[in-house]
Amino acid sequence: MTSDLMAGGSVVAKAHTKLDAPQGQTESGGRGAEFSRMHKLGEVDTAHGRILYLEDVCVSFDGFKAINNLSLDIAPGELRCIIGPNGAGKTTMMDIITGKTRPDSGTVFFGSTIDLLRYKEAEIAQMGIGRKFQKPTVFEQLTVFENLELALKTDKSVKSSMLFKLNSLQSDRLAEILHIIHLSQGATRLAGNLSHGQKQWLEIGMLLMQDPKLLLLDEPVAGMTDEETARTAELFLSLKGKHSLMVVEHDMSFIKAISGDTGIVTVLCDGSVLAQGSLDQVQSDERVIEVYLGR
Amino acid sequence: MINKTLLSNKSWGVFFAALIILGVAAPVLNLLVPEGNLFHMSDFAVSLIGKIMCYAICALAMDLIWGYTGILSLGHGVFFALGGYMMGMYLMRQIGTDGNYKSNLPDFMVFLDWKTLPWHWVFSDSFVATLILIVAVPGLIAFVFGFFAFRSRIKGVYFSIITQAMTFAAMLLFFRNETGFGGNNGFTDFKRIAGIPIATPSMRMTLFVLTGLTLLGFFLFARWLVTSKYGRVLQAIRDAETRVMFSGYNPIGYKLSIWVISAVMCGIAGALYVPQVGIINPGEMSPANSIEMAVWAAVGGRATLIGPIVGAFIVNGAKSWLTVAAPEFWLYFLGALFIGVTLFLPHGVVGLVKKIQTKMVNRSGT
Repeated sequence: MTSDLMAGGSVVAKAHTKLDAPQGQTESGGRGAEFSRMHKLGEVDTAHGRILYLEDVCVSFDGFKAINNLSLDIAPGELRCIIGPNGAGKTTMMDIITGKTRPDSGTVFFGSTIDLLRYKEAEIAQMGIGRKFQKPTVFEQLTVFENLELALKTDKSVKSSMLFKLNSLQSDRLAEILHIIHLSQGATRLAGNLSHGQKQWLEIGMLLMQDPKLLLLDEPVAGMTDEETARTAELFLSLKGKHSLMVVEHDMSFIKAISGDTGIVTVLCDGSVLAQGSLDQVQSDERVIEVYLGR
Repeated sequence: MINKTLLSNKSWGVFFAALIILGVAAPVLNLLVPEGNLFHMSDFAVSLIGKIMCYAICALAMDLIWGYTGILSLGHGVFFALGGYMMGMYLMRQIGTDGNYKSNLPDFMVFLDWKTLPWHWVFSDSFVATLILIVAVPGLIAFVFGFFAFRSRIKGVYFSIITQAMTFAAMLLFFRNETGFGGNNGFTDFKRIAGIPIATPSMRMTLFVLTGLTLLGFFLFARWLVTSKYGRVLQAIRDAETRVMFSGYNPIGYKLSIWVISAVMCGIAGALYVPQVGIINPGEMSPANSIEMAVWAAVGGRATLIGPIVGAFIVNGAKSWLTVAAPEFWLYFLGALFIGVTLFLPHGVVGLVKKIQTKMVNRSGT
């Protein structure tokens, strides 16, 4: 080794010792890099206080801008209500989050590490985003029990489905959900024979079987009786905190019941956020009254 | 809670009765009871029932893909024919030098003035390789076709039309002499199978029993499939595919697996069919044949497994009688049957029987 190479090496070594200055004394505003937290691939990371994060999302169908620079975020455990006139892009937004529709531009993140635009519907569902459709969608030719069993969070490959056997932990969970959705008595009934409201409940139960971190609920109380609606509100309030919920509804009294005084309500219009705040704030907003609530 | 067993006790009884009839009674009645005796089973009956049992396997395969998964294939005839052709190639080579031209090559190749076997006949001398090909060729073609169709999310009537086009294209291909499958004459004049003469009563009976056992085996296998969670996912795909996706299942794997299973079942049925009827030609790939398979399943009752088997027997029994009694009316009858079943018996014959049973129970109950 020649002497000039050795000299060069010592310069590099000195430069490194400068970089290795103790944490807190670097020049990034006194914040040290965090090394203590491991990112696990595919696991949702909510350390930054957001479980869902949409930024500048745009989608157009044949020139019609269904979603126009939409930015929205949801905190872990939050119950967020979304309202807005027909065609505001509420369902399209859910399509984007669940992988059914690809946006033209923008970013959609689940936690701070998972880019949802890279995944397909089934993968997104397995990561922990459950979705209830506007029209209740259950497997009509299967029993209530079988519907829930199919939704159960487990390995969903072909081979493991062929050899699947319900273990006792799983059947306890199933019984628990049956109780929550008030269908314990009707477990052996065909889902196709349930009433409209019961189908809605069954679909919510199927979401819960997936044990999702985030639930997207598209008009969950449509077609329910007043009593069923009240029970649904109760259920959602009990889920709040454990799960994050995004509820799209038109029924303002239901929104009132689940958002309370502090819950955030987002108003969508023409594919972007028109207003956001507590229900009272939103309801007194001139623009919201103009486009949605009516005078 | 809901514990679905493979078969109920009563069904097991019927199953074993069928096993004994096919495996013991039929050979005894055909081979040991002398002709002229009231209980003698004629050779005609053996060949007819043997043939229909091959069709019943196809109907069972149709039920898995159409009845349970909701994918109507109008091209399953191609898998049936491919299985048949694989068996046919082996049987052609078994003729040896006993053909009309006394050549080592099959007759049609001598006729075309070919000097050597084409490349795709390379395994046709081996019985074991033939058995593998009977499963592998329909399976592989179904896999490739299904992979692209299901990945592109082709569904419903579009899928049906494409399968129909597939079998038609395959038929045109096999009609050509250059393809090396005997052109429009196909393969015939088989002499022996595994060195044993093919036209003896005992060989015919062996094939009959083998077909019966295969049918019963496939029935149990299909029953196991549909009573597992896998089978319920298939039905869920039929009823609400998007919900299946949003429940975390990737439907492609499920559709592709049942599609391939059903194609392989048809291939095996074709391979059992060819030595029993003694001929295979591209006519087996004609679009009408594939449509008939759907008719068997619909007549018997979809998504019941036993229904399509019954349907295959009813329709083909009627066919063998009508094509003798009034041949010009057969196609009209088939069309009328399909329309009638669709309009009045959405659940097929099995659905009708169940309906009558529940009515009787209700009446006796009150």
